[in-house]
Amino acid sequence: MTAKAMLCRCEDVTLDEVMEALEAGHRDIESVKRYTGFGTGWCQGKQCVVACARILAKATGRAPELPITPRPPLHPVALGVLASLGDAEEG
Amino acid sequence: MARVVVIGAGILGLATAYNLAKRGVRDVLVVDRTYLCGGASGRNGGGVRAQFSSEINIRLMRESIAICRDFATEMKINVWFRQGGYLFLTRTAARARELEENVALQNRCGLPTRMVDAAEMRKIVPELATEGVRAASFNPGDGVVFPWPFVWGYARAATDLGVTIKPFTEVVGFETRNGRITGVRLRPTRLSPLDASDEVLPAGDAFTEECNEVVICAGAWSPKVAELLGVALPNKPHRHEICATEPLKPWLGPLVADLTDGLYFSQSMRGEIVGGVAVDPVPEGINQQSSRRFLTTYARALVGAVPTMAGVRVLRQWAGCYDLTPDGGPIVGRVPDPSNLTLACGFMGHGFMMAPVMGRLLAEHVDTGETSDLFARWSLDRFARGDLVHENMIIG
Ligand SMILES: Cc1cc2nc3c(=O)[nH]c(=O)nc-3n(C[C@H](O)[C@H](O)[C@H](O)COP(=O)(O)OP(=O)(O)OC[C@H]3O[C@@H](n4cnc5c(N)ncnc54)[C@H](O)[C@@H]3O)c2cc1C
Repeated sequence: MTAKAMLCRCEDVTLDEVMEALEAGHRDIESVKRYTGFGTGWCQGKQCVVACARILAKATGRAPELPITPRPPLHPVALGVLASLGDAEEG
Repeated sequence: MARVVVIGAGILGLATAYNLAKRGVRDVLVVDRTYLCGGASGRNGGGVRAQFSSEINIRLMRESIAICRDFATEMKINVWFRQGGYLFLTRTAARARELEENVALQNRCGLPTRMVDAAEMRKIVPELATEGVRAASFNPGDGVVFPWPFVWGYARAATDLGVTIKPFTEVVGFETRNGRITGVRLRPTRLSPLDASDEVLPAGDAFTEECNEVVICAGAWSPKVAELLGVALPNKPHRHEICATEPLKPWLGPLVADLTDGLYFSQSMRGEIVGGVAVDPVPEGINQQSSRRFLTTYARALVGAVPTMAGVRVLRQWAGCYDLTPDGGPIVGRVPDPSNLTLACGFMGHGFMMAPVMGRLLAEHVDTGETSDLFARWSLDRFARGDLVHENMIIG
């Protein structure tokens, strides 16, 4: 992979930028997500989380971490559809 | 041995540590039980405004906004600051009167805030449905930032000045002697995977860090931390949810906030519409879980306010905790016992925007030991004395 390889296509995060986060001392996936913004775009990490977890595992010598906290909804949902639904109880 | 231990690496703890180091205080240690941006500072809407109802907040926020304007240059980081103004709406007559009084006070404090009628509202936000709106106020100098780089900016600048920041390090106790804290008990942590609770797992043995001064900047967790010292705080964590849509072309100038139902929304520099709404009731205690009820409540309120939003898709929702006090004012400054403890919490739902100016004032307070009129006003003992503060421009 070259340094400019695109890891997160939704948010334009390159391999370079993830390596920079590691250089800045970040050693866990939640921090790297917030430092680079990977996984926060259209696909919500469905494409990039695995690659980033691998890079982190390689750099730290630890087993790959579980995914970043998943954020609902699973797929993008239109506000008009949500507005027409009834209120659920907590959850 | 640390001269000052700051508990909590949210925006307030980091801004305080940065300003301490800038004043020449050496050996500042900031600890956080999880990662940077893990608390409310990584979960908020990034709104920055000077439209408040109390003179104290108006004047402080004028200073904070000035700091935001210079932040990119001083900290060498882009915080995506955009001054599109805040448009406050209200649907009740009582609230409309309050809004007018607040605008008059803001004008006396030098802000250009003005009341706007329906025609002008539609000029500012052409897509806004204005029927039912009784009154609105607009301050063009208010704005939004992207919270994450703001946190990293302070963290990096503080580190460059010699501050030590230790994430994944939890305060689990204190050592005290003769009414003073002599050491902080710290324990390494790791996240408990996919666990919905607020617990973290131990990742090593606890150890003691000796220190001269302690500052609690633990946001909604502050009562728990203070309790370890026998200091009872009246704050309560209160979950607030928020969500972001797919990115759109820039169309929305201001952050719009409806004081009646707590709906607010703005467009980030990334193009997303970011917003939330008040949901009642919420689960007690610290809770950072997302609910579907929030999403449906928000969708109804937003589509009501801006009908064209119906076709726009929500990408992600998340949650954090407000840190609520009984009178809506923060709790700041030294306490009598232990004498080397400073509190800085209770910033409701507007603590991010306050941090740039509060970090400066807190550093001065901790460094010099002097108590300003402001800190006397915001001290913990006002609750015992019944000398409460007032603020009615609170969103959600
Ligand atoms: C959904 C939402 C929207 C908001 N919108 C806005 C807005 O638009 N504008 C605005 O100004 N404000 C907003 N706020 C409020 C704002 O986010 C907070 O007031 C602010 O971030 C508080 O910063 P802090 O540094 O005091 O606390 P936090 O950022 O919560 O930091 C406290 C830190 O203390 C750590 N901690 C806790 N216990 C311990 C322990 N025992 N040992 C070590 N560390 C510990 C936590 O891990 C945490 O990182 C919003 C809040 C939410 C939840």
